[in-house]
Amino acid sequence: MNSNNNYRDIVQETVTKKYKKRLFVNKLVTIFTVVCVIAAIVPLCSILFEVIKNGISAISFEFLTQPQGSIGSGSGGIAPAIQGTIIVVGLASLIAAPIGILTGIYLSEFAKEGGAFPYLVRFFNDVLTGLPSIVIGIVGYVLIVLALGSFSVLAGSLSLSIIMIPIVVRVTEETLKIVPHSLREAGYSLGLSKAKVTLRIVVPAAKNGILTGIVIAISRIAGETAPLIMTILGTSLFFSGITGPVDALPLRIWRLASQPYESAHAFGWGSALILILMILALSLGLRYFVQKRSPFKGMA
Amino acid sequence: MVRNKKHDKLFTGLVVGTAAYTLLMVGLVAFSVTKGSLDIFMEEGIQFITGSDWNAVEGRESFGAYPYIIGTLLSSAIALAIGLPISLAIAVFISEIAPPRIGTPLSFITELLAAVPSIIYGLWALFVFRFWVRDIIEKPLYDAFHGYLPFFAKTPFGLDIFTAGIVLAIMIIPIISSICREVMRVVPDSQREAAYSLGATRWETVRTAVFPYVKSGLVGASMLGLGRAIGETILVTMIIGNVIGPNAIPTSFFSQGQTLSSLVANEFNEASSDLHLSALIALGAILFILTMGVNIVARLLVKKKIKVSSGAKAQ
Amino acid sequence: MAIEEPIETKETVVEATEKYKVSIENVNGWYGTKRAIKDINLKVKEKTVTSFIGPSGCGKTTLIRCLNRMHEMTPGARAEGRVIVDGIDIYDKSIDPVIIRRRIGMVFQKPNPFPTMSIFENVASGLRLNGVNNKTIIREIVEESLKNAALWDEVKNQLEQPGMSLSGGQQQRLCIARALAMQPEVLLMDEPTSSLDPFGSSKIEELVRVLKDSVTIIIVTHNMQQAGRVSDFTAFMYLGDLIEYGSTNQIFMKPEKELTERYISGKFG
Repeated sequence: MNSNNNYRDIVQETVTKKYKKRLFVNKLVTIFTVVCVIAAIVPLCSILFEVIKNGISAISFEFLTQPQGSIGSGSGGIAPAIQGTIIVVGLASLIAAPIGILTGIYLSEFAKEGGAFPYLVRFFNDVLTGLPSIVIGIVGYVLIVLALGSFSVLAGSLSLSIIMIPIVVRVTEETLKIVPHSLREAGYSLGLSKAKVTLRIVVPAAKNGILTGIVIAISRIAGETAPLIMTILGTSLFFSGITGPVDALPLRIWRLASQPYESAHAFGWGSALILILMILALSLGLRYFVQKRSPFKGMA
Repeated sequence: MVRNKKHDKLFTGLVVGTAAYTLLMVGLVAFSVTKGSLDIFMEEGIQFITGSDWNAVEGRESFGAYPYIIGTLLSSAIALAIGLPISLAIAVFISEIAPPRIGTPLSFITELLAAVPSIIYGLWALFVFRFWVRDIIEKPLYDAFHGYLPFFAKTPFGLDIFTAGIVLAIMIIPIISSICREVMRVVPDSQREAAYSLGATRWETVRTAVFPYVKSGLVGASMLGLGRAIGETILVTMIIGNVIGPNAIPTSFFSQGQTLSSLVANEFNEASSDLHLSALIALGAILFILTMGVNIVARLLVKKKIKVSSGAKAQ
Repeated sequence: MAIEEPIETKETVVEATEKYKVSIENVNGWYGTKRAIKDINLKVKEKTVTSFIGPSGCGKTTLIRCLNRMHEMTPGARAEGRVIVDGIDIYDKSIDPVIIRRRIGMVFQKPNPFPTMSIFENVASGLRLNGVNNKTIIREIVEESLKNAALWDEVKNQLEQPGMSLSGGQQQRLCIARALAMQPEVLLMDEPTSSLDPFGSSKIEELVRVLKDSVTIIIVTHNMQQAGRVSDFTAFMYLGDLIEYGSTNQIFMKPEKELTERYISGKFG
């Protein structure tokens, strides 16, 4: 094995020669990753900072309860938008939650492993999550606005529900899959039908996860603007019926930002702050609710 | 027992029917965009995709989507070019470098970036960020290169394709990096140990044992991010400069531009005729096909990687 | 703790005059607050095969992973003590583990070739990582390593095939070739045959007996018969302590400690 020694020397020589450079590259890469992490955090901090800084000065009682005054005057508020957001998002959730949960139940409890139908359902569910919201707005427009003849809460809520459902489906399926089989078996051994086992045992056990999924989905659609442009139009009036137009926060922010007046911009920031606070309140409310009632407390 | 059977049949029917809704909905989407854009395609045919006019004047209507296709592709390409390396770096930091007590809060923070509504990104970009971009990046680049390189030619004032690309990058970073992290987690430690035992540095280990193992997953993650950038509407419409017609074909990074989605958002409420409306919906149709294609390929790539890896682990 | 010296027997007199390749001095290893190996002192002779045996949890794997500083890569794990290889303490503050691992190679329990690389690239991977890029040298070293790993004849016409296309036993020999390509002075093997069938295992054992002429080998095994077949020296560990260390003959025929005797005769696994 004489050649062995020669090779050993060659390899050792190369290792020693290149070592410093390799160490340097390693260090460089580490620094680069840290820089990138910082590069991602800075915009986040800036956004939060600016929203709070610029928004807080616009907030007042009048801001929260009055419709907008004449353009450029800086008077009035965004109350119709707040009301509109709650109504449109609320209605969308009422539509999306049952459909999403039931589909999630199907995928987790009823679907055959490797079947074609479940595969297609999951696949297209994923595809739906990637659809641009403007396209969904078009769907709402063609299917409902044109059919009903006017921009409406209904069109907006249905469009938002299209965005919301895939999220609820995915979270519901994942949460249900985590529920231990022993629970289901216990139900069956008591003679319960599959429907009862699912609805009375499995779903309640996954309650918190499903709720979290719904809240995540709601937070997502509360901020959506594009679908609303072509479905609810966005007036400056209060809610006047499910088949009539209405305002909403994201839409209002957009309109305000496009106006050339400082006062409008200030209102825009204020609206943004309200929007974020509403979403935050929803998430924190969920946190609190979930913590208090964890069904697996004390279980191994 | 009989009652049980009826319950079950009913319930099963309910859940299966609801699940079928998903398939129905994709069909409805395809149907809607097709129906809405039929008019313009019958009027102009393939010209719609290759033309650059955008004339809504009654009697002399002519619509062409070409500039906006370019705008969409260019702004998304910039977003990916900037966003991908940063996302990858963040994923590597969180999953391979940082100890869990730093990594976990960090991944939470990047998720927060994903939770910010795009209208708020738009607001921030319009009133704050674009000045940073203009002063810190664009002006120096312009001063240095505008004589020689055509793509830094126009005088920058912050509302252009470049800024749109950067903010889009920030927006897609959470998506790409969280999926990258997910696929990287599947790489078994025995692979990393093999590299370390041969005397590799940490970066070399990631490069040799981790990245090749999940290559298609990483590509899939980038494509998902790309799909998001392509479809983004409200942010883009606020900062891209909003031009129409042949002017909208960008000649430099600092050109104003327009994307498929931003034009629809801009003009929809003021569409002057049915044909105009049809043209706008047709833009949406092109967008739909584009994002469908990108997302389908992306999902297949990511699913394949995670499935193969967990199958391999089971050996 | 007294340094354990191999008992002098007829077979070991010649070896006694050769140097110690690896000297393990007062090595302790922790996982978090739990001490997994305590005050290990052991000297390994050059160009021999030494096996670490003992029941599950005795610390033999922890110990071997301390020998190339892989132990500390587990989150929360650390090691103390000195491990002197060719006069250099690898735990010295000034030494970077990256450099050490060129000289101390490792083969793992489950074969772990790089799945995206061909057979050739797998063997060459260590060389390329460390900066060797002379194509001729790489080709020569790859061929020699595959020959030393008793795999060359089986794969010489399919070097471009993916590494994963080989059988389990062949993959393990591939990993051995990969480790040998770095021209290590010491080769650590952590239960290298436990995931292989008997045929694959015996080929590896054959290999070990040949390799020891050029590399010092330390092998962890839970299979006592295997230790008896391949190793010159054996260290018996139990619950983190080194109970007894001596020539394999002595350990198996005339164990000094009662614990050793009970393990050897199968009184506990």
